[in-house]
Amino acid sequence: MSSWTARLRETYLRNLPPEKLLPDSQPAYMESAIYVFGALTIGALFTIIASGVILALKGPTWWHTSDIGHFFNSVHLWAVELFFFFMVIHLWGKFWMSAWRGGRSRVWMSGTICFLVAIPTAFTGYLSQQNFDSQWIATQGKDGMNALGVGSFFNVLNFGQMYSYHVVLLPAAIMAIVGLHLLLVRRHGIVPPIPLADLAATVTEPKA
Amino acid sequence: MRLRLPRLSNAELNDAARHYDGPTRPYDIVKEVCIASAAVVLLVLALAFVFSSPDESPSTIAQWSRQMPADFVTTALSELDGQSETANYGPPYNNGPTNNGTYYDGTNFQQHIWFIHIEKWLGVTHPIDAAQAYVLAPLRTIPDDPAVQSALKAYLAAPAKEQNAWTTAYGNALNKAAAANGSLTVPAGAYGPVGTMMSSLLALAQSGGLDGDLLANKQFYQTDYTAPLLFLEDGSALTDRATAQHLLGTQWGMMNETGSYPGQVWLWLYTFWYQVKPIGTSPNADILAGTIMGVLSLALLLIPFIPGVRSIPRVIPIYKLIWRDYYRDHPAG
Repeated sequence: MSSWTARLRETYLRNLPPEKLLPDSQPAYMESAIYVFGALTIGALFTIIASGVILALKGPTWWHTSDIGHFFNSVHLWAVELFFFFMVIHLWGKFWMSAWRGGRSRVWMSGTICFLVAIPTAFTGYLSQQNFDSQWIATQGKDGMNALGVGSFFNVLNFGQMYSYHVVLLPAAIMAIVGLHLLLVRRHGIVPPIPLADLAATVTEPKA
Repeated sequence: MRLRLPRLSNAELNDAARHYDGPTRPYDIVKEVCIASAAVVLLVLALAFVFSSPDESPSTIAQWSRQMPADFVTTALSELDGQSETANYGPPYNNGPTNNGTYYDGTNFQQHIWFIHIEKWLGVTHPIDAAQAYVLAPLRTIPDDPAVQSALKAYLAAPAKEQNAWTTAYGNALNKAAAANGSLTVPAGAYGPVGTMMSSLLALAQSGGLDGDLLANKQFYQTDYTAPLLFLEDGSALTDRATAQHLLGTQWGMMNETGSYPGQVWLWLYTFWYQVKPIGTSPNADILAGTIMGVLSLALLLIPFIPGVRSIPRVIPIYKLIWRDYYRDHPAG
């Protein structure tokens, strides 16, 4: 019986050989601008994490009292806006490609979960700002959370809890899900075009 | 033009997408991610430099009580006599509402959908007794003022009926009160010790003491703002600022932020349901909107398995545009 380590390595190499994980060629059909939005989403995530790490290192009140801190807060904010913008375009692009075809449903689902988890991640960021926006969003958001029962364990009026979610728990979840999503993409490869044979039935027929 | 359903079965479509043995082209995945990241960083730096980000100072109870003393005292009185939103909220804060299941203005804070009363089932997890938290306990922190302690003692010793008569009389007098430069002059009336209690609470709040009192419990360090935020929300301080900034629920609410910034635009569909009747006007609006979004989120997740929805991209062939170059070079698809 082989060791657990050897079995893990063999499973990994079978599913994700190096040429799949870091390919230097791709199918000829990958030549549309829509393919860039996945990489742009990753770029925005890097920017969010980098600016977020700087804000976390300095503490939650720094950006209110320092011009440099405020600039990094602005970088963080705009990176988040672009992250969602790129991610939504990427999502719509994959929808119109039916990118779940050929056993890729887990790729679609992991991407969707990333989008769904990104929403509370950003939400807790707005709640952690310690300004009027935080006060208003918290007092308005609590009713929705309470009505669904979420408020009993996720208190949007508790800055300490929201800050913990925002700087540790949810970013860790996002990075894990994005990592899984990328590994699934590399394992299955990008989805081939829908055969034109499928389209044949929908062509315009010339008038007699 | 005649539109027909796609020709291939789902099984055929899936089989065709499992393997690709066609032509390839050179591709540098690391280079693409690096260039994309650099482009995003430059774009973000430009946006941050040009547009900055909003940071309006938070409202404080001290500021509220100085600028709007009548509103502050009216709110404090509603906490004392159990008429405030917080006093009647129900779970997770307390066991309200007290008026036959509805708040005094008809709003039901214990929302439900069909037989599901999840808010009620999960119970009180962040207990707040409004009268104790916002009026009685803070007044006890002024031990050096015999008049306040005497008024407090008289109020607590009185039967509930008399307490109600005092708070009602004081509420009526408040309607004729005059506010000037942060001070409040309330006409005389039969409101017993309530006048002394309210004027002392106002003074405590204006000194900044109430901001600290509502945070402090057993620990030195505090990060939980549940009590002061609920108190501020019961008054008009937050709402007035939000109205001026067009942030109300009827104005697409919390997806916006102060100033001309995009805010949480990704919440547009959630906020949309609050603008739609009868959902937005329902006493169960929050649980209805949340449930709809839960179902839609689940549907988004499961699109690959939902017949009809998963075929939409085949019926509206936008993919022809996405792969137009490939189809041009490979007419057989």
